Formats: sequence, structure tokens, C-alpha cells
Amino acid sequence: MADTGNSEAIAEAFADGPAYVPYLVVGDPDYESSKAYVEALDRGGADVIELGLPFSEPIAEGSTIQEALVRSLDAGMTPDRFFAFAEELDVDAALVCMTYYNLIYQYGDSEARSASDASGETASAGPRPFVERAAAAGIEGLVVPDLPAEEADPLREACDEFGLDLVFIVAPTTRADRLDRLMERVSGYVYVQARLGTTGARDDVSDQTTQSLDRLREYDVPKAVGFGISAGEHAERIVAGGADGIIVGSALVDIVAEGVEDDLSTAEIADRLEALSRELKEGAERGYAARVEPAESR
Amino acid sequence: MSETESSTSEVGELSRRPGRERGRDDGKFGRYGGQYVPEALMPAIEELTDAYERYVLDNEDGFMDEFRERLADFGGRPTPLQRADRLSERYDTEVYLKREDLLHGGAHKLNNALGQVLLAKYMGKERIIAETGAGQHGTATAMAAAHLDMPCTIYMGERDINRQRPNVFRMKLNGSEVKPVTTGRGTLKEAISETMRDWAETVEDTHYVIGSIVGPHPFPVMVRDFQAVISEEAREQSIEKTGGLPTDVVACAGGGSNTMGAFADFVDDESVDLHAVEAGGSTLEVDEEAGVAPNSASLYAGDEGVLHGARTKLLQDSDGQIMESHSISSGLDYAGVGPELAYLVDEGRVSPVAVDDDAALEGFHRLSSTEGIIPALETAHAFGFLEEHHEDLGERVVVNVSGRGDKDLDAAIEETDQRDIDEAPDMSMFTGGI
Repeated sequence: MADTGNSEAIAEAFADGPAYVPYLVVGDPDYESSKAYVEALDRGGADVIELGLPFSEPIAEGSTIQEALVRSLDAGMTPDRFFAFAEELDVDAALVCMTYYNLIYQYGDSEARSASDASGETASAGPRPFVERAAAAGIEGLVVPDLPAEEADPLREACDEFGLDLVFIVAPTTRADRLDRLMERVSGYVYVQARLGTTGARDDVSDQTTQSLDRLREYDVPKAVGFGISAGEHAERIVAGGADGIIVGSALVDIVAEGVEDDLSTAEIADRLEALSRELKEGAERGYAARVEPAESR
Repeated sequence: MSETESSTSEVGELSRRPGRERGRDDGKFGRYGGQYVPEALMPAIEELTDAYERYVLDNEDGFMDEFRERLADFGGRPTPLQRADRLSERYDTEVYLKREDLLHGGAHKLNNALGQVLLAKYMGKERIIAETGAGQHGTATAMAAAHLDMPCTIYMGERDINRQRPNVFRMKLNGSEVKPVTTGRGTLKEAISETMRDWAETVEDTHYVIGSIVGPHPFPVMVRDFQAVISEEAREQSIEKTGGLPTDVVACAGGGSNTMGAFADFVDDESVDLHAVEAGGSTLEVDEEAGVAPNSASLYAGDEGVLHGARTKLLQDSDGQIMESHSISSGLDYAGVGPELAYLVDEGRVSPVAVDDDAALEGFHRLSSTEGIIPALETAHAFGFLEEHHEDLGERVVVNVSGRGDKDLDAAIEETDQRDIDEAPDMSMFTGGI
């Protein structure tokens, strides 16, 4: 249910019109320029920004994002620096952290662990310290691609305690019984994976998207479609097809990667990110208008 | 495939033996295990779980009968349990060797690869993918895929490809495609991530043959069940040859498939001590700054976390980033370990021990020169353990010789040349550029 979301900021982002939800890897290629890039997404019209916190074994990512994660790690990104980054950002969009479960699970656990080493037992505080710290840093929600609904209850509880939303990914292959399990635990928005595979920009938008949206119609949580969106017309088509938002990652990460490759200035890369953001946001709005107007004129 | 719907043959019963119930119901071993995978893969592992229960546990369509028959005819099972005369004398205890090095391909890996490729066939899959580090699992999978006429793609880190050229050639000879993985540091963990990516796009017609008792459920229980033939035979052979159970079973442990295979049927025999020998590398000290653990001792020195689909013991830094592991034997070089072993260690049923590179290399030379068996460098760790701890062991010790060492000769020459080892021949003639 949409109104069971914990974060008001995320609910508002989806309240009127389609939400543009861009993703970038924090710290790619370095801390300061990455801040300029995220702020450019905000100027370009982002409603929610997914901030990638890099994990060393990102099994759900395609090569574009994986390489960005490696650049960020090589430049020294850590969970604590990530939270400092979120605190320093000057943006209007709601912030969501996308990362892998081991980083969430281990956070703030080093004291417990060194104590446990002596006793020979493991005593983990679980996901709670991470969520508490994320909330303090102004993070409104979490996406954890390697955490299935079956293992998510401790994180769900921590998110409820600290007012964060927990976003789940629905794949084209997700079966009906699993869909129910996911939708019982999701809040904020559901991340609709447009097609099979890992993240990565593609030229065409799969018709698996339409099928997925149809299956989700009965659930009253905003549906944001991701995987493969790289241009305004994709955004338009997907929103016209019923999506409440679009998630764009690899196409933006590509701009950063190419900029680094071509030795562009931070300002030039930021301009490109802002321009593509604007195109995507406008595309989404056109798609929304196309969907709403015929209905209203009826 | 046979016409029978289900079979209650003796072979089918074998997979229902005691000692193999852990993890079957829900994929959990105490706090370890689980299914930490991207949503897109969940349907595939649910389908695999269903197939595992039907074909492996219930012997539907006579799957287990065909598996055992192929292990015998193609693989050469059963492998012998051989008394090691010189080592028995040296340690003043009965030392028996479970000769998995004599299995087709020269290592225990075929037990699992053949089981999974055959299962994929029963499931109607049309394509096999697998990851490989040193190339042992890759070569076993390529052999099994050729044997069962399945197209096969093996992902292998670029750095590993350069280090293991003969194995790459073997895979290609068997008709497999070898795809180099260039991301990250180009070793096993990148290859695993890359294989998972392939699987995420191709789940509908492709089976991913994981090489150890790691990954999401049902892989840890399924790989254990395929490898458990090692302990099943060893247990019967021990009773037959010596009139009783061994006092100790010793096996090296990386991901842990030969380990769990050698332990499985002994876990319920409380009189039998189980020793998992990990790669202590150059030191157990960790370089947190560089993210490097110069060892692969995740049972001995790691702590709990989530990697590659399962909660288990890992080598990780305080943030939870996975460390670069190291071992003289690339087959043990992995930052995680099977969740079942993590559980059995916590329960006190399995004792983890770390043996460093030096002791392993000495073990390699000792077995080669005294028993006429050149072991894999992985296996050599178990013999390093025997030398260091034989006084703590009982009167009848079974060591799992998980693989033969032909693949390691180049590494052995290079590493031996840097050390002063008693039993070792002079290596200078091999390093002088001949």
C-alpha cells in the first residue's frame, strides 16, 4: 500500500506526476566530483536519487556499474564516507541507498566482533546500526539487490524503526507467490526490473515491462521501472505504459565513465548528466500526459 | 533416461543416508546458508531446488542410478582406500589415503560436475555455464559436458587464464568455450560474479554448475550429496579393510567440497574426529588497509557475513568488503567457505586448522618422495597438517587425497626453488631456463 510508506519525501516524489529516479555510484571517480554529479542530477529534475554504496562483489550489476563500483572503491569509498557524502549533499530529491547486504549487516559491528573473537562466538548487531546511521545521514530508503524477501525481516524492522522505506526488485520471472511475499514487505516504491539480466543501458525497452506492470496493477505501491532506460523516448513509452517512475543507472554511469576516459572537466560531465536528466524527466512527463489526458477527456 | 517414475532402489536410498539431512528442508545450517541472490535468479534456484528434491533425493526417473553408473564407468569409481606404508611408519599410526586423485580428471571435482550436468539434462536445460579459478572445476565441468553432450561456457579470470594455460587448453579440447573475465582483479571471485550475470540473463535454458558447497540453497546440500560418495566409500572401505571406523578424517578446505564429501557420512559417527585443513598462506595476519588476507583460512580466521548467495564465514574487512585471499594453491584461494562447514565448526564437530604455504609444500614433497603420489598443492595442506599434528591424532587416520599434482608442477618448481626443503630434489636445473 502506497500510504504505508515510511518516508514522506519518497511518497511526495511519486505524488504528482511521474518520478525520475536516477542512480550514480557515490565516489565515482572520486568523492568531490561525485558530489557535483549527484547535484547535477538534482538540478536536472530528479525526484529520488539512488546512491550506490560500492560492495566488492556486486553480483547483480552489469559491467558498466561494476566498473564504477571498482573506481569508487579504489578511490577509498567506505560506508562512513558514504554517509558523510549524503550529509554534505545539497539536493531537493529524496535519497535512497543502494548496496549489498553484507555492508549493511557488518556496519558498526567491529566492536562486537573483536569482543566475539575473544569469546569465540559471533555477536552481530544485525542491520540496525547501518539503518540508524543512514537515517541520521538523511537517507530515506534502501534497495538491497541480494536480499530476498525471505531474509529481509530484520532489515524491514530496522527500517520501520528509523522511518526508512525498503524497496524490493520485482523481476519478469518473479512468480505470483513470491510477488505476494515481496509486496507484503515493500514500501516507498517497487523497483520493476524491465527485463532479465543485470543492469545496463539498452536501446530498446522490453515488452516484459508491460507484462510486469500489468501483474503489479492490483498493488497500490508506486511502480518505478528500471534496467535499460537511456533516452527520453524510453522514459516516455514506459510511463505511458503505466509506470509511476523511471529508474536510470547505467546510462548516467556511462556519462561519468566516458567523461573520465576523455579527460573532461567535472563541470562538463555534470552538464551532460543534467542534460540527460532533463531529457529523461521531460520524456517521463510527456508519457504521463499521454496517459492522463485521454482519460480526463473521456 | 529410464521409464520409471520413481525408484526405491538401493542407490536411491543412498542419498537418504544419515548425516545428509542438514540443510535439506530450508537451506539453513543454523545461522548459515540461505538464498541471498538477486530476485531475477530466485525462480531458477526454486526450480533447481525442486529438481534436486525429485531427482537426487527421490531418485525420480532413476537419476541417482544413472549418476552412480556414470561415476563408475566414466569416472572410475570407487576410488581405493590405500594404506600409506611409509607415512604410517613415520607417524607410528595407521595412515590411509582416499585416492580421489585417481578419479577421472585427477580430482574429486568430477563427482559434482557430473552430477550437476546430468541433473541439468534431466531438467531439460540446454546449456551449461560454470566459473573456475585454477581451472579444476572448469576442466571437470567441460569433461562432464562433453560426456553428456551439452554445450558449455566456462568463465575464468584473465589472470587465472594466464597462470593455468594447460587447464584452459583442456577445457577447449573438451569443446567448451572459455570466456576471460577482465573485470576487477581477474580471479575466481570476479569469475563467479560474471557467471551469475550470465545466469541472470539465461536462466530459462541454462544451468549454472557451481564448483563447491557454496552459493545459495540448494547448491550447498546438492554439491555435498554428490561429493558424499567419497565418505560413503571410505567408511565402508575402512570397515572392510581395518574392521572399524577411522579415528580421524583429514581433508583440505577451500570452498569445502572435498572436505564435506570426505566428512558427510562420518558426521554422525561421534568417535571420528574431523579436521578441515585450510590454507594458512604466508601468514594469518591481515592487511586491512590493502584489503588483503594473505591466506584463505575463512573457517579458522574469518567471521560471519553474506557472500555469493549464502551467509557463511568470510575473510572481510571491518566494513564488510571481501578481502583478497591468497594461497600457494589456487584451488584453496577463496575468501568464503561452504555454510555447512561454518556451522559444523561452530558446533565443534569439525576442527579447523590452518597450514601455511611452507608446510604445504613440504607435504607435497614428502608424499611424492615417500609414497610415490604427487598430490595437488591443495591436498598437500592435509599432509602438512599430518606432519604438524600427528601426535594429537588417533590410531587410524584417513586423509582425503583430493587431487593429483600434475597441474601444479610449474608452481611447485618455482616455489620449491625459493625454499630449502629436505625431501625436495634440486630444482635449479628446471629454473635455469631449459
